[in-house]
Amino acid sequence: MKKNIIILSSVIGLAMLSVVGCKPKNTSNATSADAAQKVYVAPGKYDEIYNFVSGGFSGQMSVYGIPSGRLLRVIPVFSQDPEKGWGYSEETKPMMNTSHGFTPWDDLHHVQLSKTNGEVDGRWVFGNANNTPRVARIDLSTFRTQEIIELPNSGGNHSSPFITENTEYVVAGTRFSVPMDDANGDVPINTYKQNFKGTLSFISVGKEDGKMDIAFQIECPGVNFDLSRAGKGVSHGWFFFSCYNTEQANTLLEVNASQKDKDFVMAVNWKKAEEYLKAGKAKKQAVRYAHNTYSEKTHSATSEIKTEVLVLNAKELKDICYFIPCPKSPHGCDVSPTGEYIVASGKLAAVIPVFSFDKIQKAIAAKSYDGEFDGIPVIKYESALQGEVKKPGLGPLHTEFDDNGNAYTSMFVSSEVVKWSLKDLKVLDRAPTFYSIGHLCVVGGDTKKPTGKYLIAYNKITKDRYLPTGPELSQSAQLFDISGDKMKLLLDFPTIGEPHYAQACLASLIKDKSVKMFKIEENSHPYVAKGEKETKVVREGNKVHVYMTAIRSHLAPDNIEGIKMGDEVYFHVTNLEQDWDVPHGFAIKGASNAELLIMPGETQTLKWIPTKVGISPMYCTDFCSALHQEMQGYVRVSPASSKLPISFSLGAK
Amino acid sequence: MKKIFVILTFASILYACGGGESKSESKTEEAVEATTEGTAANANPDYDPKRGEGKFTAETVKIGATIDATMVTEGEKIQSVKCSACHKLTDEKLVGPGWAGVTKRRNPEWIMNFITNPDPMIDKDPVVQASLELCLVRMPNQSLTDDDARHLLEFMRKNDGVK
Repeated sequence: MKKNIIILSSVIGLAMLSVVGCKPKNTSNATSADAAQKVYVAPGKYDEIYNFVSGGFSGQMSVYGIPSGRLLRVIPVFSQDPEKGWGYSEETKPMMNTSHGFTPWDDLHHVQLSKTNGEVDGRWVFGNANNTPRVARIDLSTFRTQEIIELPNSGGNHSSPFITENTEYVVAGTRFSVPMDDANGDVPINTYKQNFKGTLSFISVGKEDGKMDIAFQIECPGVNFDLSRAGKGVSHGWFFFSCYNTEQANTLLEVNASQKDKDFVMAVNWKKAEEYLKAGKAKKQAVRYAHNTYSEKTHSATSEIKTEVLVLNAKELKDICYFIPCPKSPHGCDVSPTGEYIVASGKLAAVIPVFSFDKIQKAIAAKSYDGEFDGIPVIKYESALQGEVKKPGLGPLHTEFDDNGNAYTSMFVSSEVVKWSLKDLKVLDRAPTFYSIGHLCVVGGDTKKPTGKYLIAYNKITKDRYLPTGPELSQSAQLFDISGDKMKLLLDFPTIGEPHYAQACLASLIKDKSVKMFKIEENSHPYVAKGEKETKVVREGNKVHVYMTAIRSHLAPDNIEGIKMGDEVYFHVTNLEQDWDVPHGFAIKGASNAELLIMPGETQTLKWIPTKVGISPMYCTDFCSALHQEMQGYVRVSPASSKLPISFSLGAK
Repeated sequence: MKKIFVILTFASILYACGGGESKSESKTEEAVEATTEGTAANANPDYDPKRGEGKFTAETVKIGATIDATMVTEGEKIQSVKCSACHKLTDEKLVGPGWAGVTKRRNPEWIMNFITNPDPMIDKDPVVQASLELCLVRMPNQSLTDDDARHLLEFMRKNDGVK
C-alpha cells in the first residue's frame, strides 16, 4: 500500500513537472510564498494606501485600497451613474453639459493627484475625458466631481491632466489634431497638413479653491500629442509632451504613423509662454466651451458656456516650443524625481532614450539644431540625450520611479515590467505581467519624493487569470512588492472598465479630511426643506414641486394626491440625517431616469413625468434601518381633466 | 529575396545574442527554474522550426502538384474575412508581413500550424520573434478550422504562382 502511494505520488509529481515545463508562464510559480501575508488587511483594518484608478471607457474613477486590492468606491465623473443618480438628478445634469449639449459618457484615461512642492498634497484628483475633450477635478474631502471644464480647439484630450509641481496648471494636449474652432472645419480630411493644428491647453488651478480656468492655449503643428509631464525641481517651468504621427497621416495610422524612425518629444517653456501672455502676445479667439461647477452649499451644479480663449502661436512666438527627436511613436514622457531626466518610451522602439534637462538647455543655448519641423526648432538627438536603456524589452510605454534611484518601465508587447537604474541606465530586473501591461504606478512614482514600496501594473488582457465570464473579461491590476532588489508579484485584482492609469498615495494624506455629512443649516438649495414642517407640494402650472424630507424611516410627505397626466413632477428630497454613512435613496415607479442617492444634509431632485393614471409607489432605496422596508409612500395620478386639488400628508388618520 | 535575407540575418543575430534574457520569455526566478529543465534557455530542443508547433506534420498535409481550385475559392473567402485587414498579398508589410512568397519560405505544415496555433509559436519560433520585433503586434488566433487552414494554404500557393 505504502509503495503504491509512493508510485502514485511520483507519477503525479512527474505529471506536474511536465505541466510546468510546457507552460512557461505558469502563474502559480510567479508569486512569492509570503504574498498572502503581505496583502492581507485584517477585517476592520484600513489599507495603507489609496489607489485612484481611471475607469477608461467606463468614464469613471475607482478607488482601491492597497495592499488589499479592495474596491472602496467608484467616483462618477464623465459618465452617468444610475446607482448614485449622477447625471440623472436635476442637480448633477449640468455637470454633463458641453458645447455639444448633454454628453453623458466619456473615456477617462489618466489621473493626477494635486501636488504642492512636487509632492502629493491630498486635495484633489484630476481626470481627463479622451472623447469630448474635458478635464475634471474631484475633491478628495467628498470624493465627488466638483468641476469639469471643456477644451476648445481640441480633438480628444489624451495628453492630460498632467500637472505642474505646485498645481499651477493642469495641462491638456490634444490627441487628434483638428482645424481650429474658429476656422472653417468643412475641409477635405486629406488636407491635414495645411488645416489641422494641435493645441496644448494650460488650465490654471485656484490655489485655495481649485477652480479651473483656461489660462492660455499654445497652437502647435498638427501631430498627435500622446502624454506629457511637467518638469520639476531643476526643470520646473517646463513641460514635456510626447508626439506621434509626425508623419501627419490622416488615415491608417497603424501603418502610416509608424513610418519614421523618430517622432518627437516636445519641450515647452511655459514660463516663457506666461511672459508672452503678459506682454499681450496672445490672440483672442472666439470659441464655445462649457465650464461646469458643483457647489456643496446649493448641492447643485451650474454650467456656463464660455466664448473666448487666448492662443499663443508656437511658430510665431520663438523660444516656447522645441522638438527633440525620439525613437518611434513615444508614449510615456516621464520626468525623474529630481527633474533632471526625461524618459521617453517609444512604444515601437528598441531602446528607451533618457534625455537630460541640462543638455537640452545647453543645446538650445548653442542652437544645436537639426533644422525645423513646421517652424519649430528640432534639437539634435545626441545633444539632448543622456543615454539609452539598451534592450529593455518590446513596446516600452510608461515609466515611474522609486525612492532609490530606480525607474520602472512597462512593456506592452513583451508583457513585463523592467526595472533599471537611473544612474547607469542598466536593466536590473524584469517581472512578467499577465497580460499586456499598459501604464504602471509606483506609490508617489511621479513626485519629487516617491514613496516606493509598491508598484501596480494595469493590464489590458486577463484571459485565463479569472473565472470565465463570457466574451468580456475583467481587466486587472497586479500588485508588486518593490522594496527589495527583485520585484515580487503579490496580488491580482480585477478593475472596472479599463484601468488605464492610476496614482497612489499614503492614506494618511487624505483619510482624516473625509467629509462625513453636510450640515443641514448650511444647505442653501432653493428647494430644501429644513425639517418636516417645511415639506409641501406646490403646483406652478403643469410643474409640481415636492419639497420632501427623508429620515429613518419615512418620507415626508408620503401620500400625495392631485398630480395629473401632463404634469412634470420634481421631487426635491432633503436627507435630514446628520450622521456619517446614512444616505437615503429615492425611487418612484415608472421613472425614466434613475434613483436619487442623497447624502446626509443634502437635497437632490428627481424629475418624474407620470405616464399612467393610477397609484404610483415610491420608496427609499438605500437600506437605512430595521424599518427601511416601511420607508415608502404613494402618489395618486389623475387624468389631465381632473379637478382634484393638490394635497399631501404624512401619518393622516 | 533580399528582404528575406535581411529578416533571416536579423533573426539569427537575435537568436544568438538573445540568451537567457530573451525578452518575450523573461520570467520570475521561480518560473525560470521551473522551465529550464524542459527547455534550455538558449534553444527549444522540442521545437522544430521547420514544422512549427501544432497538429500538422509533413505527413498529414497533402499537397498536390497543381492547384485545387475549390480549395482556393474557399481560402479566398476566409482570407477576405479573417486575414486581409492585416496582410497584403504582395510583399508589402501592412500590420503583418505581406504574403507574397510565404509558401516558398515556409513549409506547408509550418504555415498551417502557425495560423491555427499562433501563440506558442510567437513565443518559440525565432523567425516569428524577429518578425514581432518589426511588427509589434502578436498575430491573433482567428479560430480557423483545420479545413480553413488547408484552404488558406492553397490560396497562398496560388498567390505565389502555383498553377
